[in-house]
Amino acid sequence: MSKRSIIPIGPYHALQEEPEFFKLHVEGEKVVGLDIELGYNHRGIEKLSESKHYDQTVFLVERICGICSTSHPIACVQAIEDAGDIEVPERALYIRSIIGELERIHSHMLWLGLAGHFLGFNTVWMWAWRHREEVLNVFELITGNRNHYAMMKAGGVRRDIKAEDIPTIKKMVADLKAPLTLFKKTVADDPVIQARTKGVGVLSAQQVIDYAALGPTARASGVKIDVRRDHPHAAYGLVDWDVITAQNGDVFDKAVVRILEMFESIRIIEQCLDKLKTVTGSVDSNPKEVKPGEGVGLYEAPRGEVFHYIRSDGTNRPARHKVRAPSFMNVITDREAVIGHTVADATIILAAVDPCYCCTERMAAVDVYSGRRVFTAADMIKCSQQKTAELRKKLGAHGPKLNIA
Amino acid sequence: MSLAINVLTRSLNVFHLGGSACNNCDIEILDTLTPKYDLERFGIVLVGSIRHADLILLSGIFNKKSASRARLLYEQAPKPVVVVAVGGCACTGGMFRGSYNWDHPVKDYIPIDAFLPGCPPKPEAMISAVVKLIHTLRGKKQ
Repeated sequence: MSKRSIIPIGPYHALQEEPEFFKLHVEGEKVVGLDIELGYNHRGIEKLSESKHYDQTVFLVERICGICSTSHPIACVQAIEDAGDIEVPERALYIRSIIGELERIHSHMLWLGLAGHFLGFNTVWMWAWRHREEVLNVFELITGNRNHYAMMKAGGVRRDIKAEDIPTIKKMVADLKAPLTLFKKTVADDPVIQARTKGVGVLSAQQVIDYAALGPTARASGVKIDVRRDHPHAAYGLVDWDVITAQNGDVFDKAVVRILEMFESIRIIEQCLDKLKTVTGSVDSNPKEVKPGEGVGLYEAPRGEVFHYIRSDGTNRPARHKVRAPSFMNVITDREAVIGHTVADATIILAAVDPCYCCTERMAAVDVYSGRRVFTAADMIKCSQQKTAELRKKLGAHGPKLNIA
Repeated sequence: MSLAINVLTRSLNVFHLGGSACNNCDIEILDTLTPKYDLERFGIVLVGSIRHADLILLSGIFNKKSASRARLLYEQAPKPVVVVAVGGCACTGGMFRGSYNWDHPVKDYIPIDAFLPGCPPKPEAMISAVVKLIHTLRGKKQ
């Protein structure tokens, strides 16, 4: 009988961006149990929302998460509009879609960079983040801020897109196609990336349905769900675009779905910008009150469906505000995807769902299955990068080719 | 200028202490290391351990649970250490001041050398703050 000891990881650990705390119970190198302690990121947003009036609430939900900082506001204003029967001018709908899709591009690029980092390709990380800056420049032009755009408002949007800015924005968005094509080719052609991601972390369509996974995680397994198509909101019912799906449900397909989605986003943005030339008028219906009632707002955030519920009692504050972020549904699928894989693959499988803990304040864990060997986060990333290096040697490749003109 | 300050301000090892943040300041901090800004040119690097830190960047509010840990981490940092509060939340608590889980302004229990407001502050603002801080520590005029 070996001795049981406890290894604490966190709450402030070198490789955690956000504070979480694990307690690993180990017997030798074998992990026999795991305690997860959360609450380091709990800010009481739902309760706080009840003390803010409707205009302030939108700013508050924007700060749930810095990466999906327009998904939560869109869902929130839609819930308010649903509860209070508020009309939204058509022009505002197009602007909402433009901001939403730009955010999808920057979020997917951020994910692509981090996935590259976990696989040991820091070049991909640096290049993805470099081109992400170009998306942030578009944001700065339209909204005045790189992140936290403060564009949404019950009854419309806060700022109009000026007619003289549209050609500049169109050019900046069109310029993104070249780097995106570069990444598409890199992922599709590189033998090492394929060897590391194909057949790894497979999630079947049935498992997606059983676990109610959302967003790119579900679409990579061939489940064609997308709130933008299923419950059209903003301008998604007014423009032409496709829901991207893949069949295999592995990490490779999750990456492919995200990359192809960025091209669809560009398509949506370009159509919306064209429509702005003909659809004129106000961008804000300027509602004066929110009638008593209940409302639900749905939006397809980069990670999946985000859900907001608001109950209004006729005052200027929500009586109840409930938020459900997509990562909450997605992280539990790790349980299925990780079993049977090596520890070196676990890092990228966990990262493949693009978990966001400030949205969910939940933690996914590989370690709960007793008898599985478990490493710390640092060991896992090292392990993953070593595997890539070995594969690279075996295949004679030198990492992803970035054909930079 | 003491030897410690002279050595401290040459190549800053940055430790990022994220409280209950929304991730946005954290991403902008990482952004300063990516090709557009590339702070590593100046010897500024992120380190994983508080015991290697010359500069601590605080981001986000610190709630009732994370506040005591932040205090502990500050005590473990080798002195002298420079502390910068990045973003409105770390400076004042921002819009989370009224929350039931909000502890105290972080300045009440960690001495802060520079406040960098903004939601989030732009990477240029972060770089400018660090430069100003280095000049002040070295006793130079701005």
